[in-house]
Amino acid sequence: MATRDITTIDGNEAAAHVAYRVSEVAAIYPITPSSPMGEWADDWAAHTRVNIWGQIPKIVEMQSEAGAIGTVHGALQAGALATTFTASQGLLLMIPNMYKIAGELTSFVMHVAARTVATHALSIFGDHSDVMACRQTGFAMLASNTVQEAHDGAAISLACSLRSRVPFLHFFDGFRTSHEVNRVELLTDDDLRSLIPQNLVDEHRNRALTPDHPILRGTAQNPDAFFQAREACNPFYDRLPRIVQEEMAKFAQLTGREYKPFEYYGDPAANRVIIVMGSGAQTVTETVKYLCARGEKIGALVVRLYRPFAADLFVAALPSTTRRIAVLDRTKEPGATGEPLYQDVITSLYQAHEAGALPTGDIPQVIGGRYGLSSKEFTPAMVKAVFDEISKPAGLKRFTVGIVDDVTHLSLPVDESFDIEAPATVRAVFFGLGADGTVGANKNSIKIIGDDTDMYAQGYFVYDSKKSGAMTISHLRFGKDPICAPYLIKRASFVACHQFQFLGQTDVLAYAQENAVFLLNAPYGKEEVWDRLPHDVQQTIIDKQLKVYTIDANSVAKAAGMGSRINTIMQTCFFAISGVLPRDAAIEAIKRAIKKTYGKRGEEVVRRNFEAVDKTLEHLHQLTVPAKATASPAKAIDEKSAALPDFVKRVTTVMMQGKGDLLPVSAFPVDGTWPTGTSKFEKRNIALEIPEWNPAICIQCNKCAFVCPHSAIRAKVHAPNTGATPPEGFQAVPYKAPDFKGLSYTLQVAPEDCTGCNLCIAVCPSKDKANPKNKAITMVPHLPILERERAKFKYFLDIPEVDRTRIARMDAKASQFLLPLFEFSGACGGCGETPYVKLLTQLFGDRLVIANATGCSSIYGGNLPTTPYTQNRDGRGPAWSNSLFEDNAEFGLGILLGLREHHAHATGLVRKLSARIGDNLVTGLLESEQHGEANIRNQRDRVLELRKLLRSVDSPDARLLDAIADYLVRKTVWLLGGDGWAYDIGYGGLDHVISLPYDVRILVLDTEVYSNTGGQASKSTPIGASAKYATAGKTTQKKDLGLIAMSYRNAYVASIAFGANDNHAVKAFLEAESFPGPSLIVAYSHCIAHGYDLKNGLEQQKLAVDSGVWPLYRYDPRLVGQGKPPLQIDSVGGKADVRQYLRNETRFAMVEKIDPKRFHDLSESSVQNTAERLALYQELAKIAFPVTHGGTNGNGKSVAVTETKGA
Amino acid sequence: MDLSTNYLSFELSSPMIPGACPLTGDLSAVRRLEDAGAPMIIMPSVFQEQLEREQVAFHQNLESGDDSYAESLSYLPRPEDFRLGPDEYLEQLARIKAAVRVPVAASLNGRTRGGWMDFARLLHTAGADALELNVYDTLIDPDRDAASVESEAIAMVGEVCRAVAIPVAVKLAPFYTNIQHFAMQLEKAGAKGLVLFNRFYQPDIDVENLEVTRSLELSTSAELLPRLRATAALYEHCAVDLAITGGVHTAIDVLKAVMVGASSVQMVSALLQLGPRYLTTLRDELARWLELHDYESLSQARGSMSLSRTPDPSAFERGNYARILQSWTRT
Repeated sequence: MATRDITTIDGNEAAAHVAYRVSEVAAIYPITPSSPMGEWADDWAAHTRVNIWGQIPKIVEMQSEAGAIGTVHGALQAGALATTFTASQGLLLMIPNMYKIAGELTSFVMHVAARTVATHALSIFGDHSDVMACRQTGFAMLASNTVQEAHDGAAISLACSLRSRVPFLHFFDGFRTSHEVNRVELLTDDDLRSLIPQNLVDEHRNRALTPDHPILRGTAQNPDAFFQAREACNPFYDRLPRIVQEEMAKFAQLTGREYKPFEYYGDPAANRVIIVMGSGAQTVTETVKYLCARGEKIGALVVRLYRPFAADLFVAALPSTTRRIAVLDRTKEPGATGEPLYQDVITSLYQAHEAGALPTGDIPQVIGGRYGLSSKEFTPAMVKAVFDEISKPAGLKRFTVGIVDDVTHLSLPVDESFDIEAPATVRAVFFGLGADGTVGANKNSIKIIGDDTDMYAQGYFVYDSKKSGAMTISHLRFGKDPICAPYLIKRASFVACHQFQFLGQTDVLAYAQENAVFLLNAPYGKEEVWDRLPHDVQQTIIDKQLKVYTIDANSVAKAAGMGSRINTIMQTCFFAISGVLPRDAAIEAIKRAIKKTYGKRGEEVVRRNFEAVDKTLEHLHQLTVPAKATASPAKAIDEKSAALPDFVKRVTTVMMQGKGDLLPVSAFPVDGTWPTGTSKFEKRNIALEIPEWNPAICIQCNKCAFVCPHSAIRAKVHAPNTGATPPEGFQAVPYKAPDFKGLSYTLQVAPEDCTGCNLCIAVCPSKDKANPKNKAITMVPHLPILERERAKFKYFLDIPEVDRTRIARMDAKASQFLLPLFEFSGACGGCGETPYVKLLTQLFGDRLVIANATGCSSIYGGNLPTTPYTQNRDGRGPAWSNSLFEDNAEFGLGILLGLREHHAHATGLVRKLSARIGDNLVTGLLESEQHGEANIRNQRDRVLELRKLLRSVDSPDARLLDAIADYLVRKTVWLLGGDGWAYDIGYGGLDHVISLPYDVRILVLDTEVYSNTGGQASKSTPIGASAKYATAGKTTQKKDLGLIAMSYRNAYVASIAFGANDNHAVKAFLEAESFPGPSLIVAYSHCIAHGYDLKNGLEQQKLAVDSGVWPLYRYDPRLVGQGKPPLQIDSVGGKADVRQYLRNETRFAMVEKIDPKRFHDLSESSVQNTAERLALYQELAKIAFPVTHGGTNGNGKSVAVTETKGA
Repeated sequence: MDLSTNYLSFELSSPMIPGACPLTGDLSAVRRLEDAGAPMIIMPSVFQEQLEREQVAFHQNLESGDDSYAESLSYLPRPEDFRLGPDEYLEQLARIKAAVRVPVAASLNGRTRGGWMDFARLLHTAGADALELNVYDTLIDPDRDAASVESEAIAMVGEVCRAVAIPVAVKLAPFYTNIQHFAMQLEKAGAKGLVLFNRFYQPDIDVENLEVTRSLELSTSAELLPRLRATAALYEHCAVDLAITGGVHTAIDVLKAVMVGASSVQMVSALLQLGPRYLTTLRDELARWLELHDYESLSQARGSMSLSRTPDPSAFERGNYARILQSWTRT
């Protein structure tokens, strides 16, 4: 038998490693945190890696998890060994089929990176709420508690499933295990072959549907048969626990790694026992070991086989001395008598006691508690707190641990100083910026140590809730013994801060233990660094006696041609001063790793990295630490925070500081409702350079403001004299156009909110005639002008916006005089989606309700701590909600129907009270036009008047009308989401709402890929693009969503690209909003997943349109009644070469690198498809439909009345 | 009519070689060129800095969004096997080499010593019969003087010539203080041929948008003249083979080039405009002209109008300038 490889990988790769090799078919769909399993499978298939039978498994991406499990079900019925990977909502979508697969006793294993199910909020992090929702499906459930177990459990599950015919849900904790990097011994193909006997595979195949041996499955059964037939499966479940035991024993014989369905650790004569499942088990067992060594009589019972719950094996595993038990559940079931594992334990103990088979004699006292929801930290200190609680004679019966519950007082007090980690373990914490490569370098360091030495290594990475300027914290452990610590490091012997600015934002050195090494990347010379450190940092360095090393890594990176990637440099520093490996050996290993990782990317890439390594040591310096801190202490009270709203001060600010874990239960809204408009308090200051305005050159086109993804550059026309004294440097110049003659114009940057993406500079058309390098806005260093610009922006915000009703023609320029009600989101710098969202809020924000499908737009729209949707001076602004990924169209339709009912109700009451209200106002309220700013304003005035009148009316109807009168002002409901929603998982609902005659507005932010989950192909992905799940380049054409919508002929449809034609985009928004019926806008959104510097996004949008790849058009059914063709094509394709467009983006160019011939073929297909699509549109654009009976707009409404009134 | 010539030690059936251009990088076009009588193929230039930039940009674009956000730890697949610029060029070189019988020269535009050497060796290994080095450099360093620019170029040519066993020709810019001296230095450094001159695709200015624009202007026969003069001046002084590129469009242009001493001419613009088959036409026209004028072979004409042999050498010299201007004013 071949020797087994040892490698350092994460839990997802560990599980996929087995799943891939023992599968013939995998149907997949991306969902965090399980997506990487599918990505690995797809990647391996693309590289023609074979399974243990010598075949390349067929990997197919489906439109949803429901589609994936349906496909799996079919493949299983055809006798194939199939698998899938999922989590959370995805798993919930699979449940109907899981009943079927289990009911048909089908051998099958699915792998789940267990994740929180969305309730009051979505969470991408880990707990057991998803798998617990499946415990009734008939699937066996096997929990893997470590990265190694995720690998082993995948194999054991299939072995058991093939023997038992019961399908398995194999799960491990999302992120904590799925994303933890640890050392794993890989099973060989021979291992897998011996675990999975061919005769069982044959038996599975022999149960297949085949016309050669025809059978029928999936009958409908009646009262006479169903019940008995349902009971017929019992023996299979009865046998299963023994099968699992035997297979685990076989596995142990083969590999030396022993597992049991229930496994006890600790003192054989323990009186107190914790029962736990998942990654927390390791924390509990390690704590038990530690405490037992100190004389405690305690133990831990770890659950691996959760379903079927083998009560006999469970009680047998308990020490007979057990008197008290605490059951830990990583899920919550509101209203239940206890969480699921607790209930299983109670029932098992009772049943065993009844049968006289309880080794403990009496039933022990059992308490149940929740821990670790949504990856909340679970530490040895918390384990100790639980043991302390069951040591009390009258402790809590139900508890939580890891939070402070000051509402129902269920939480246990935790002694945070309790620490069990071995001092010999090297513990290192690194603070990095998303784009600087810190995490990648750390993963690389772990590989170097884990793969090249006999040391064990572990890595876990904590990411920000923002996509731009995101902080990452890497937690790395190295040691001679296996690392069994699935929780974050609190006391590190090495702390590295890769971005100097973090020192002022986060308590970086809180992680440092006494005498730790502190590595700092500082943009200063070694003599200057100390004086630049904040006072608190200096004091901590002195107090903790830290050894401080510093390097100006950005300069070294720049000199080596590495841009802002300081990964290699900081990695070299780590090895040079941490002492984990001998310095020379480490440098050599780094270079080997560079060659291995980047070798295929070209000699130049390798050369530059080598140069960076070589230059690092000469620029790394140890600081001499003075005896006293020399910087001035920070102000005790932050003046800024004094003016904050109460909730922001109490809650949001704490979360922004990274201290959300400290907030008690009472701090939080009970139902997931949060205030809008809080992103403005965040002030992230992430840009190194920001734009500065030169009014002398500016032509006042507002294009910069239009394209800004973060609403960080704004324009105003205002009275020349604004009243208050302007701050120093504030500029206002005469407004140039005739529409607001006599007013002044100001362009202003939000200096602390700009991300420095450069889109505004790229779009600026005005150049200095004497020096064309300078435009009307130029990027300048951030810090020197920060104070000045901050004061200017504050002053600018106070200047009233222009009267919306005075804007004669709403176009791209005019739209930017409207207040954006979406600002400073956490979207990527240069995001191609957010300019549309911002525009939407500018045009209709004060009467806008957004239903947002899960995805990027729901993350930058609603990921805490702050909320970017905001309010105008009247307190009006977008109301926003996210239901699910798959149901957004239906959700939005429901909102619209609700609003319509309120409107109808209010209308009815106005009519009912007409005698008191007066005919004029009634007619005005019910009959007036409500399109256009002036009309809306007038209607608001009428509602005000109505309310005044109602004050004097003493009737229940008047009170009710007063309460709902605002619904008389027309609202607008927009459904937002990406192409993953609109083209794939939510398409059924989207298609349905388009078919209905309701005024829902659908904005598809089309990035042509699943951006939020990391770039998996969607049905919008164009032919020739390489994406995850389509690595070799997608071979089918992008779905034409607009054309499908046009086929209903009742919907307004537009295809827009703001970078190519901003006025067109504005026009489409206005037309869509005014259309009496459903409207759909498909908006080209450049994206980081396209693989180019996003500052070129606008240029690329132009190329997309000019080449015909992305035609601009508007389909307006209202035109039918005018005898005109409803389709208007608004762009001319063929002005640029499709191939040029493709080559600019790595997603296409990569295909050429992989396989030039394939690229040639796919790009020629793209050219052909582009031409065909344009030809089709051009023909369609010629068709003017015959008009009968004056024509309709397709929604049963006469074209004579083309606009609805009210909601 | 015997049109044969010897260039870089290759016996060529005619002097009209398709120069470095998109046609010579395309396999089917190369086949058509050979069928039309191309005696040798000069592949398009591979630019060292372009390759480096491409590598670095690809690498950065691939990784730029990595590890920033928990849901999207990367945005693009990571293929294990893919081709970079040099691989693609080398593969294409090998394919062209396998497809044609005539010699194939690779063309290299380098910048640093390392770049020249590495690529030159790779090109040799991939099967190139000869190398054409393009020593064109964009000078934006005000501290470098002319002598150091020339000596650097000579040193690099020397290194390449020592590193590869195949003949190396050097493609020159038209602007050297003393091209004869420079040419002799290159010969000493090991160059077997000189190609006169590189046509710079110079940037243009868009006065409306205040932008620099790039456009490709095809050559005309008018551009031949400085090349004729330089070749005429070098012919007697250098033992290396001379080739003229830039402005060769007609059989008469070819003839002029040969008469001032060129062993071969390289053609691009005419072939881009008229297609590979134009080579056949040209060959026929050249042969017909020679027959009509009672030449025995093309080689009989070679160098007949070089500086030392021309009946009126002063026409190539400085005073000629004044005479031409005068003739212009008279008309």
